[in-house]
Amino acid sequence: MEHIISLFVRSIFVDNMIFAFFLGMCSYLAVSKTVKTALGLGVAVTFVLLVTVPVDYALQTYVLGPDAIVKGVDLTFLAFILFIAVIAGIVQLVEMVVERFSPSLYASLGIFLPLIAVNCAIMGASLFMQQRVTMEPTNAQFIGGFGDAIAYALGSGIGWLLAIVGLAAIREKMAYTDVPKPLQGLGITFITVGLMALAFMCFSGLNI
Amino acid sequence: MSKMFSEENKAAFCNPINLNNPIAVQVLGICSALAVTSQLKPAIVMGLSVTVITAFSNLIISLLRKTIPNRIRIIVQLVVVAALVTIVSQVLKAYVYDVSVQLSVYVGLIITNCILMGRLEAFAMQNGPWSSFLDGIGNGLGYALVLVIVGFIRELFGFGTLFGFNVIPKCLTDAGYVNNGMMVMPAMSLIIVGCVIWAHRSINKEEK
Amino acid sequence: MKLNTNSNVYTVVYAAVIVIVVAFLLAFVSSSLKATQDANVENDTKGQILTALRYDKSEIDVKQTFAEKVQDMLFQDGQLVPYEGKFLTTYGTEIKNGNLHVFVADTEEGTKYVIPVTGRGLWGGLWGYIALNEDKRTVYGAYFYHESETAGLGARIGEAEFRESFRGKELFSDGREGIALTVVKHGTVKTPACEVDGVTGATLTSKGVAAMVHDGLSVYEDFINEQR
Repeated sequence: MEHIISLFVRSIFVDNMIFAFFLGMCSYLAVSKTVKTALGLGVAVTFVLLVTVPVDYALQTYVLGPDAIVKGVDLTFLAFILFIAVIAGIVQLVEMVVERFSPSLYASLGIFLPLIAVNCAIMGASLFMQQRVTMEPTNAQFIGGFGDAIAYALGSGIGWLLAIVGLAAIREKMAYTDVPKPLQGLGITFITVGLMALAFMCFSGLNI
Repeated sequence: MSKMFSEENKAAFCNPINLNNPIAVQVLGICSALAVTSQLKPAIVMGLSVTVITAFSNLIISLLRKTIPNRIRIIVQLVVVAALVTIVSQVLKAYVYDVSVQLSVYVGLIITNCILMGRLEAFAMQNGPWSSFLDGIGNGLGYALVLVIVGFIRELFGFGTLFGFNVIPKCLTDAGYVNNGMMVMPAMSLIIVGCVIWAHRSINKEEK
Repeated sequence: MKLNTNSNVYTVVYAAVIVIVVAFLLAFVSSSLKATQDANVENDTKGQILTALRYDKSEIDVKQTFAEKVQDMLFQDGQLVPYEGKFLTTYGTEIKNGNLHVFVADTEEGTKYVIPVTGRGLWGGLWGYIALNEDKRTVYGAYFYHESETAGLGARIGEAEFRESFRGKELFSDGREGIALTVVKHGTVKTPACEVDGVTGATLTSKGVAAMVHDGLSVYEDFINEQR
């Protein structure tokens, strides 16, 4: 239990998807103009992460890993293809389910869902999970069960959400500032994210 | 031969390197670009891997473009890309092991690199194999260029080395020159990319 | 006859063909490169052990030197027995399970014992190999590395300068109560015989190394205290 909580908090602050690993940058920069849409995308990403990472964890442990299906067979080389297929499939499935059962949620999240299939944060979380499964159990980043996988997915998602809402809030305020012409838009956004990442580095000593 | 290097093909090859740079102008594929640029060597290996993958996935999709059923178009593209990425990652692991350790999951994340899917949809689905191949190489090299610039700046100022060789003369360090530890931190890559975009936009504005 | 590329049958057959072609291609590539990859991982670990033994791994043939000079042994019931299994590349779990690996090396400067240690740094895992002299009282050499310490700060534990500073340090202080070899905050060395100066600006990583060295060597205390 202690390990799960530690993993959860670490993946929000210390191993933040955006500030420590720069994952999901494309949609992060494109959809962070207003807080409202940023929140929508953040929730969608968290939701998809929460579904895909445990599924990919199951795949990794029961299908792909060494000796998982047949003794002596290591199918790890199929991981990339299977993970991306799972992500694309789940995004489609989530889209259909949300559309069928909650049209209002679909109206607010719907436009973001297709974007998420190529969001590196989802694929990244799955690949990091694969890396962490092979770590030593004493490591704070170790993922050794469904509980760990869910905690990691939820933490990463919330970290991502936090980052995008924060940036959107800054960008809303920045509309009123006098930025040099060629630096406007993307240039200054990059520099802002860089400064936010520096600020997040203060969490690096966090030990729970 | 003259047809092979027509104006159009030249444009397909050259534009992305400068005027239409995938990172600086279209802001595609930055996720993996930022995390691997603390030194030149991994930056170059990453840039080359992406170039090879964009070129060949463009070529393959362009050859298949008339046969691909429209409904499963995206999935077919993803499968081709994922297969190429798997091959590249296996080759890296076998022949440049130390770099593959540094690149860790970011090789796998080439799959979700928006440059790839973007070029496949926008170019390879409509154009012939040869010009698609050139377009892929051009976009890959444009991406590699930004990576190399960032890697160069960060390694030079952060470690005082280039490709691992010391380039700061000893008289400077004796006179009190210290490597800038900030440059080594991941956050600085964001700020440098911001400045690269700034410079790129200022220069291209003057030309027009 | 023109094929209807949008018919259901065509789509299904197309998908199936693509999947089969790709699967065979990947299986072929993976199986043909597997041996080289595994050898790379093994050689990397062997290179680290040889670095702890003060070899320069860029100047030697790692695989050959390791085979000639180093023997993978287990410390069981008070004595060293040869380890028969497959060469391992991580040792944390092994040691936890009570399989105490000791690499016995026969170098130009006499017999050395290399002990693998694992620990935790600021961001992620740390590991290292500590080579002891034949008397098992002093350090001959060491190698440390990390998963993700901050480059330029904590990551400097991987540099030659830091591992050189372990050379000749004593494992026990005169009082002899457990392992005394440790790493202290930069600039606070009091007893140079068994304290190593930490990395500037990386106090937490240095603490991680200190804990790793202390805990790692303590597990081997029976081996270290064994009289020959």
